[in-house]
Amino acid sequence: MNMLTDAAVETALEGAPESKAAKMRGEKVNVFYGGKQALFDVSLDVGENQVTALIGPSGCGKSTFLRCLNRMNDTIDIARVTGKITLDDEDIYNPRIDVVELRARVGMVFQKPNPFPKSIYENVAYGPRIHGLASAKGDLDGIVETSLQKAGLFNEVKDRLHEPGTGLSGGQQQRLCIARAIAVSPEVILMDEPCSALDPIATARVEELIDELRENYTIVIVTHSMQQAARVSQRTAMFHLGNLVEEGPTDKMFTNPEDKRTQDYITGRFG
Amino acid sequence: MSETTAPKPFDWSSPKATATRKRRYAADRRLRLYGLISILTAIGLLGVLIASLVATGHTAFVQTKIAVEFTADPENVPPDDPASGNFRAVVSNAVQQLFPEIDDPRELRTASGILSNGAANIVRDYVTAHPEVIGQSFTLNVPASDPYDQLNKGVIDRSLPEERRRVSNEEIALFETLEDRGLVSTPFNWGLFFNADSRFPELAGLAGAIVGSFYLLLVTFLISFPVGIAAAIYLEEFAPKNRWTDLVEVNINNLAAVPSIVFGLLGLAVFIQVFGLPRSAPLVGGLVLSLMTLPTMIIVTRASLKSIPPSIREAALGIGASKHEVILHHVLPLAIPGILTGTIIGLAQALGETAPLLLIGMNAFLTSPPGGIMEPATALPTQIFIWADSPERGFVSRTSAAILVLLGFLIFMNALAIYLRQRFERRW
Amino acid sequence: MTGYLFLAILVLSLIAFYTGRRTASQFVAAHRNDVHSRPIYHGAFAAVWVGLPALVLVLLWLLFQGSIIDRLLLASLPASLTEGASASRLSLYLSEIKNVASGRIFSEPSPEVSAAAERYQRWQMIAQWAMVVVALAVAALALYITRARMTARFRARQGFERTLDIVMILSAVAAVLVTIGIIISLTYEAIQFFRLVPPHEFFFGLNWEPQIAIREDQVAGTGAFGAVPVFTGTLLIATIALLVAVPIGLFSAIYLVEFANDRFRGIVKPILEILAGVPTVVYGFFAVLTVAPAIRQAGGLLGISISPNSALAAGGVMGIMIIPFISSLSDDALRAVPQSMRDGSFAMGATRAETITRVLLPAALPGIVGGILLAASRAIGETMIVVMAAGLTATLTANPLEGVTTVTVQIVTLLIGDTAFDNPKTLSAFALGLVLFVVTLCLNVLALRIVRRYREKYE
Repeated sequence: MNMLTDAAVETALEGAPESKAAKMRGEKVNVFYGGKQALFDVSLDVGENQVTALIGPSGCGKSTFLRCLNRMNDTIDIARVTGKITLDDEDIYNPRIDVVELRARVGMVFQKPNPFPKSIYENVAYGPRIHGLASAKGDLDGIVETSLQKAGLFNEVKDRLHEPGTGLSGGQQQRLCIARAIAVSPEVILMDEPCSALDPIATARVEELIDELRENYTIVIVTHSMQQAARVSQRTAMFHLGNLVEEGPTDKMFTNPEDKRTQDYITGRFG
Repeated sequence: MSETTAPKPFDWSSPKATATRKRRYAADRRLRLYGLISILTAIGLLGVLIASLVATGHTAFVQTKIAVEFTADPENVPPDDPASGNFRAVVSNAVQQLFPEIDDPRELRTASGILSNGAANIVRDYVTAHPEVIGQSFTLNVPASDPYDQLNKGVIDRSLPEERRRVSNEEIALFETLEDRGLVSTPFNWGLFFNADSRFPELAGLAGAIVGSFYLLLVTFLISFPVGIAAAIYLEEFAPKNRWTDLVEVNINNLAAVPSIVFGLLGLAVFIQVFGLPRSAPLVGGLVLSLMTLPTMIIVTRASLKSIPPSIREAALGIGASKHEVILHHVLPLAIPGILTGTIIGLAQALGETAPLLLIGMNAFLTSPPGGIMEPATALPTQIFIWADSPERGFVSRTSAAILVLLGFLIFMNALAIYLRQRFERRW
Repeated sequence: MTGYLFLAILVLSLIAFYTGRRTASQFVAAHRNDVHSRPIYHGAFAAVWVGLPALVLVLLWLLFQGSIIDRLLLASLPASLTEGASASRLSLYLSEIKNVASGRIFSEPSPEVSAAAERYQRWQMIAQWAMVVVALAVAALALYITRARMTARFRARQGFERTLDIVMILSAVAAVLVTIGIIISLTYEAIQFFRLVPPHEFFFGLNWEPQIAIREDQVAGTGAFGAVPVFTGTLLIATIALLVAVPIGLFSAIYLVEFANDRFRGIVKPILEILAGVPTVVYGFFAVLTVAPAIRQAGGLLGISISPNSALAAGGVMGIMIIPFISSLSDDALRAVPQSMRDGSFAMGATRAETITRVLLPAALPGIVGGILLAASRAIGETMIVVMAAGLTATLTANPLEGVTTVTVQIVTLLIGDTAFDNPKTLSAFALGLVLFVVTLCLNVLALRIVRRYREKYE
């Protein structure tokens, strides 16, 4: 835990995280599930090579917003999204945008580790294969190895790459899912409570990994753990009842929030 | 391959990437298309099935009849015992009267072929029922024999060359004179439902088969319903979890998938051979069908019992009811709609079952409906099988019509089950 | 007669119920708190014990009366008739005697037969009256005993519930008895068959001509019981059926689960289920009426001659029948794959088709394979379609345009009409039946095991 606290301190010392350019930008995003509105006019920027944490009580819309960023809401029949979300200043809800390309550029890691019932190798190779990223067999091996290394899993699994991914421990499965997401070289990685199904040691390992990945990727993480948001993120956005309450540098949010609701939530009055 | 290399950016707008994506979307549309084609094929085949049955079967619901004036001559029909009369003579006299211009005996024989072979029996039944007509003339609507029936319904094409028709030009001419005199009618064919089987298609009906099927289902219900419910309650509520009950469970699941003909073999070897029960009897058929339906009954009843929430059981147990009282007073009444629905669906399956009935002889040729569960009988599906095997052209449309009647019963039973489910189903 | 007996037993049992309840109510009035069971249980206990034993007795009596009287009749016939007569000859005697007894006389019966017919009628009468007397006596005795045992402290509820337990356990055992009955009867007759025809000839012989003469005056083949062509015919037709049903069923399921919206599903699924509810005799007629002529015509256009009872027609129509099995079991299997697998794949930027073929199908494979095995077992055991549309002669061929025969067709044709159990022709049907039962049982056990294990994996 000490090391993590150090990381948080380090982040705080780096200062001025808002100076980074916005990789993704949401403008007045509304989401409806059938007749029910789940998000109200949310406008939020996601800075490049930063970790942005979305926090708030359950049902506040933070996961909904996350799922808008790579159009995963499209898979739900009744979901409807209005407003504008851009990736590198390009509207991702523009009909000309290819959702397949978008999701390759904006990867996602889920709450519960969901490795495919295939071997570890095949799990990681899945994305490069479907997108045709590797032209030769050697390329694919290379991509799998690099991705597993970046996910910090390679040394643990290098002798059993062809055993089922479902045989790994929970924390290893989650890192496998991260490796799977990395394998298509995404620009943004969305993480939906990636540690909520993991034990504390595995959680620590994944948090460490997130901090390492920040160097090359833009990361958005939904979390219900204040400590986690404080430990891994540079900016934090607080959601409540479908509204974005406030947004700012993480250290400021946790020490001196502007909104009363944020303060109440952080200090544990509700949530 | 060091950990620090930045991800090499992939050019998504390169021609190669665009082509790859195009190919992938094409594959996606292809799979979707295959699925749609498969569904349309399946539905189309069902449509062809029903269409071909309706196309061939609808003509059997009407019957060509010819109004003939008969004279119950006391010479042919003795007034003291009308049933013993010579009704063939009555019929041939009537045919002579119908065509007074014919005097050639060969031609006259051809002319009597227009009337059904059963005409003499029809006249006898009428005269026996109305003895007051003896010595008088009366007009009856007699079914036309099969070739003329087909001719009248247009199944036989009059424009075909003579040698490719089953009806000669001469026969058509005779029939047309009757048509011109307005003696030919095609009323609804009540005989299809109220006549028993016959070798002559124009007289054959489903009465025997419907009564036989009714007895079959009655026996099936009386056996499989109580036994199935009792077994299901035991297995679901009382049975301890051990190897034996596991075995019973596996056994029931497998029994549900045993081919039906094997049950026919069992019925033949055990009920007929060992116990000496009569062949072709609805009792034996019902026994076989109830053994077949039993696994379904047990599975369905257990599912309905399982759907009753434990809170109801706990509530009843909590006020001191015995386990039996809980089940008899609370669980079973709540599960009854589900059980009934399952029972109807099980009986509908039994109604359509054919193969085991063939083995125990329920495909006999019988000209009267069975009087009880011990008498020889046929059932709707075996009657269909018998008719489908008969060479006469008229039986093709009768078979289709019989199938439509059977499907009608099945639709009715399934609709009843669906209605019961929707009316009484409760969500917990 | 029997009907009145059932009615009488029912009435006695009702009397037992009401008197039992009344007596018990008097206990309650007299002893108050000292009565163990409620009056209704005293009534129910008495009713069950008066009704059940008598009812079971009557049923067993009816079941065995026929065969016992037959035995006695045969034994009573003069030795000159029965000496050395075959079983079919004896059964002919029996039916003649019964015909005479019921007045259906076709020709003047011999004096022996007339005498036997008279005996038959007399015994029948005696047996029936004996049954009535015994059954009523049992019911009356039970009534007396239960009345005698009825006291305030009598645990009528426990007694009644224990009786219910016994009835329920017997019912559950009945299901097992059916399986045991199938196994015993098939094995017994099959062993009789293998005494006449050696098993190696049956299992490896290539020639199947079972239509041997049962009576001396019949013209028929010499009899050959090599079942290999029958087995290959069955496999050929089942294979054709699966080739039709698996792609259509699987693609339909894929579309319904992964592409279709709820409304489309709600309309199409019940329509597909209608295909499963159509009786097989209807499919058989459809094959004869429409499909076989259509295939022949198509063959004629292409200049190929196709047998009127080609394996293609029978197998194709059987395939239509099996479509809903495959589609609903694949449907279940695909739906059982957790949503997180789909999410994981979509989030990688996979298209629906890629998600289906690379993630969902491999994950659902065990369930789908289990469904296909169940469908194969159905196809092998299906009878009416092949009886009506497939051939009777056993040809060893893999050509779907020729006519082949199947195990079930042979069972039906061998056993249809009058049968006696002493010749290899009839008995061979039971040997075929045993093979059919064992094969389908293995397929079912395997399939159910795969499906169940697969379900457990995702639950």
